[in-house]
Amino acid sequence: MTARDTDWDGVRLHVVTGKGGTGKTTVAAALALALAHGGRKVLLIEAEGRQGIARLFDRPPLPYEERKIAIGPGGNGDGGAPGGDLYALAIDPEGALLDYLQMFYNMRSAGHVLTKLGMVDFATTIAPGLADVLVTGKATEAARRRATPGGKYKYDAVVMDAPPTGRIGRFLNVSAEVSGLAKVGPIRSHADTVANVIKSPQTAVHFVSTLEEMPVQETLDGIAELRRIKGLHIGGIVINMARQAVLSREQLTAPVDVTALATALGKAGLHTTEPLAASLAAELAEHARHVALQDGERADLDTAGQPVYELPLIAEGVDLAALYRLARELRAQGAA
Amino acid sequence: MTQRNPWLETDRIIDDRRSRIIVCCGSGGVGKTTTAAAIGLRAAERGRQVCVLTVDPARRLAQSMGLTALDNTPRLVDGVSPDSGGSLHAMMLDMKRTFDEIVEAHADPARAAQILANPFYQSLSSSFAGTQEYMAMEKLGQLRRSDEWDLIVVDTPPSRSALDFLDAPERLGRFLDGRLIRILTTPAKATRPFTKVLNAGFSMVTGTLTKILGAQVLRDAQTFVTAFDTMFGGFRERAESTYRLLQAPGTAFLVVAAPEPDALREASYFVERLDEERMPLAGLILNRVHRPPTVPLSAPRSLAAAETLESIPNDPLVPAAGMAAAALRLHAERMSLSEREQRVAGAFTSAHPAVPVAEVPALPVDVHDLAGLREIGRLLALPGSTGPAGERES
Repeated sequence: MTARDTDWDGVRLHVVTGKGGTGKTTVAAALALALAHGGRKVLLIEAEGRQGIARLFDRPPLPYEERKIAIGPGGNGDGGAPGGDLYALAIDPEGALLDYLQMFYNMRSAGHVLTKLGMVDFATTIAPGLADVLVTGKATEAARRRATPGGKYKYDAVVMDAPPTGRIGRFLNVSAEVSGLAKVGPIRSHADTVANVIKSPQTAVHFVSTLEEMPVQETLDGIAELRRIKGLHIGGIVINMARQAVLSREQLTAPVDVTALATALGKAGLHTTEPLAASLAAELAEHARHVALQDGERADLDTAGQPVYELPLIAEGVDLAALYRLARELRAQGAA
Repeated sequence: MTQRNPWLETDRIIDDRRSRIIVCCGSGGVGKTTTAAAIGLRAAERGRQVCVLTVDPARRLAQSMGLTALDNTPRLVDGVSPDSGGSLHAMMLDMKRTFDEIVEAHADPARAAQILANPFYQSLSSSFAGTQEYMAMEKLGQLRRSDEWDLIVVDTPPSRSALDFLDAPERLGRFLDGRLIRILTTPAKATRPFTKVLNAGFSMVTGTLTKILGAQVLRDAQTFVTAFDTMFGGFRERAESTYRLLQAPGTAFLVVAAPEPDALREASYFVERLDEERMPLAGLILNRVHRPPTVPLSAPRSLAAAETLESIPNDPLVPAAGMAAAALRLHAERMSLSEREQRVAGAFTSAHPAVPVAEVPALPVDVHDLAGLREIGRLLALPGSTGPAGERES
């Protein structure tokens, strides 16, 4: 650790989930960037090959290979400490299968034969649980990998952009998924090893939500579901795309004096201030309603009793600069 | 929007008695299920006998249609206006039960029991990847063949990729027909002379599989495949007939997206894919659009005015200066959000200028009752900013 403790010291594998449309990939990337400070090495893993990470970082599609894609934020915000290195990896079940064969059986060529024969279709169609084990297996392997035998860890942290909330329970409950299929045997023992890492304090599952009803409900349901899986550790809730209140709650709930507003607009050099003031007053009123709704959703998320972080809506869209800004926010709030 | 695409007239589709199936597809989190339900309700209140088939809806949305259990049976929705003689049924898909029913329909009782008890079958039938898509299409076919409804509205499963549901039946078919299956079902002692070399290959493969999966897993897989073998033909036929149903003129695909780059990229793929598969695309529904406020004040000018107000000292004659500055910043944010959405949507419409588009404005609250669904249906039917000038909704 550098200058100060964060909320997730000791966590090596950060699993990021969330309802579709909440910006799960963006938050995973921002978290990974935030963790890559002070010379730390971080690996960002995309578990469902949509190449969202490559797009965020403005890169061509990522191969099945750990590649450096960015330098973490350092400098002033971090007491002058240097940034760290961010690596990325897009996992697909086929690559993970070949990797598994190579690592455990030294049988990469046999893997190619099996791929040709539809082994991967076999894994993903007949038993998606097997594909999940291979993917989570790769993530846990990266989290435990040593730079040299018995030496330091290769990565200080691994962040996984995981499947959405609706599938996360099954995805992480690997040993249960596989136990129906394999009671003994190599796949079973591999699943058990993976489960040991996932169900250790070294792994935390973070939820991304927006301040809207359905994502909040799904987040609370998802947390409840994971709590039923013994040994899993729930991490934080990251509120994404929160609209910032432009005035205090008191000011927002007070009635707007349209005439006074028009006077102020005139002072700012604007013309046709009367209709403009009326329209802006309506926008303020809508904003006040929105802020009140957001407050209600925020209170609901608080009932989960997990640390909550909040990222602002970036109206222009998330580009690389915005990603760094989100990373700094997460770091300032203690998430990394 | 720079490109003015034709307007997607959803009312014309639902009023046309020849429309028998409407498929709402798109990536997750864009409001597909809500759109499907809203269209179903509107069609019912315009005189159609409608069944909405939904997959994994949000709980409160399900409740809004009176759905409380995954029971695989269409239920009559209460509270639908009966004035025009229409009706609305809704059902949630029970993927495992749908699969079980196909097995029971295609195999003799003893074999069916054997399949239902197999661990591979259980994993396949209760897992989410692929099977859900396949079963949704299967159920759609069943509902259509029953001829009890004159319009079926289906919302596709929340796939990681919107295309999965088109591919799933094919993928399952390819797998069930695949070489791996033949290897698994080839008895170890098959001794046709010309297969001698092949057999060496087979035993290498089965050997490898045993090593990776374990003998028991392989045995279960073989049992499953052998038991399933007799049903393969039936499966393919069903998949193919559903596929043809989707290509038929009575089907309309509505691609749903939010004005976000990912959702629209997915929508783009989908539009191209539907075209390749000769599936009838009706148009794009752009959900949750933030319309620009009516005042003609651009974001930069609004920000500049806010800065001016913030830079002048407190003046008791201008008590609302702080509030005006805040309102101007808010306005600027809304303008940039709306400009960004138009830019993002413009990328889609420029690439697909012939695809009809309908817009639904972002609503402050989620829908959890029929009144909310009715409102969405109403908004959907209004000509939006892509419609003819002058008909724009204010």
